[in-house]
Amino acid sequence: MKNRLFEKYFVFSPYFWLVLFFFIPLAIIFKISISISEWGMPPYQDIFLFDDGFKINTTFENYVYIFSDYYYIGSFVNSLILALISTFFCLLIGFPLAFYIATSNIRLRNILLVLVVIPFWSSFLLRVYAWKIILQNNGILNVTLLNLGITSEPLQLLYNQYAVIMGIVYTYLPLMILPLYGYLNKFDLNLIEASKDLGLNRIKTFFKVILPLSVPGIVAGSLLVFIPVVGEFIIPEMLGGSDRLYYGKILWEEFFVNRNWPGASALAFSGIIILVLPIVIFQILYSRWSQKNEI
Amino acid sequence: MKSSLIKSTVIFLGLFFLYFPILVLIFYSFNENKRVMVWKGFSLRWYNELFNNEQIIEAFIISIKIAALSATFATILGVMIGYSLVRIRKIPFKSFYIFLSSTPLVLPELILGLSMLLFFISLNNVIGFPSSRGQLTIFISHVTFCVAFVAIIIQARLTDFNKNIEEAAMDLGYNYTKVLYKITLPIILPSIVAGWLLAFTISLDDLVVASFTTGPGANTLPIVVFSKVRLGLSPEVNALSAILMFALIIIGLFYFYFNKKFKH
Repeated sequence: MKNRLFEKYFVFSPYFWLVLFFFIPLAIIFKISISISEWGMPPYQDIFLFDDGFKINTTFENYVYIFSDYYYIGSFVNSLILALISTFFCLLIGFPLAFYIATSNIRLRNILLVLVVIPFWSSFLLRVYAWKIILQNNGILNVTLLNLGITSEPLQLLYNQYAVIMGIVYTYLPLMILPLYGYLNKFDLNLIEASKDLGLNRIKTFFKVILPLSVPGIVAGSLLVFIPVVGEFIIPEMLGGSDRLYYGKILWEEFFVNRNWPGASALAFSGIIILVLPIVIFQILYSRWSQKNEI
Repeated sequence: MKSSLIKSTVIFLGLFFLYFPILVLIFYSFNENKRVMVWKGFSLRWYNELFNNEQIIEAFIISIKIAALSATFATILGVMIGYSLVRIRKIPFKSFYIFLSSTPLVLPELILGLSMLLFFISLNNVIGFPSSRGQLTIFISHVTFCVAFVAIIIQARLTDFNKNIEEAAMDLGYNYTKVLYKITLPIILPSIVAGWLLAFTISLDDLVVASFTTGPGANTLPIVVFSKVRLGLSPEVNALSAILMFALIIIGLFYFYFNKKFKH
């Protein structure tokens, strides 16, 4: 005997909350992005007018405006490139780590996993701030390089795109390691032995056995890093310079500085659309992955 | 053996990379000098100044309050989602339900923050509420994106444990509600605690969404810290970092304790 009322209560309470406070806000972004901007408060016209009869008052000008200006397109491309490079480095560092943790003995494995994830628990903002200290002109890295005689004067390490990549790789690395570990953990180590017995060398074993079997973990981890990094605002703001503009920064300025709400909404909604495909892929993997792992 | 040497080196370098910045931060928090980078001597001066900084203390209290409340709400809703997705077969528009409950995990915070702000402004235009933004609007936004994190933990836990226990209890005459309160919830309790801790930390740490949805009298800790370090360094923030890192790492350890307990 099932209690239907109780089931409804469980399904619909969060349903209601998420439609109201998540879906409707996303719909409002779309609505404002097709509104005509004007001076005033709020700085856009209603999309439905009832003055004399019913009239729909929309425009795609905000999108045209964004997509015809290199300032916006360029920033978005910069963000995509930044996300690609960061994801690549996270994978480069994260894969060997996840692999070696997964192949450790079970006691050590749990300790190492906790050690890898614990920094993720400490404040995001403060971990970015830590890099600001390390990369200062008279910071620990420059002082070390000078003392070792590698450089003769302090390098400008901060306020450029490399500092941004550094900060992103550092803060997002655990997000890459966790799903990778989740897949590698279930991996049958005997397969590696078997492939050796069959005469494959290390490199071949890696490319023919280990890599293909960890593809789902690589995809899940890459998406967990890639998607949020495209919209990252704090790290470029703290560590970046004026050499590159990113999507997050121009969205922030379009809203708070230029007070162009329709423009900012169009930027945000374009962002959603461009990220939808990766998000859908993420969801398919998420539903499978969450059945097997805990984050 | 050669391969175990490579293995140890990789793990050591990885951990060094992860912990070095945190150690640097803690080290410099004990620097006497007002110029953060020039070491003058060991001192607790900045800890003392931190505890006398009313702006930071006030922001800290506001942040803790919002984090505790939003974590509690997010946990209740997250448990419901996790339970629905694993145990209830008939969910209307199930893929939409999954979309709503998992997208906040990856959607850039900036887009989430902007959408919440525009939503609150529109809502105010239509029904006259909320007339100004502040702690309540931050709370609502934080619940919305913390729910997804709790749901994923609960979902994993429920998938893990044997449904037969619930069915056995039902065969023994427990009704649906009684099974939930007497069997299911107690078994997943450690995961519920873990979910709460995760939601609490995420809310405490959030800068972007809070910046969008904040208003007069609701400067959370990350907002205050960000305004202090955006353009430079602050010795007080160093002291705060050391304390906060320590506290959050303790919370993280509790999270692992609860999340793994009763699993095997």
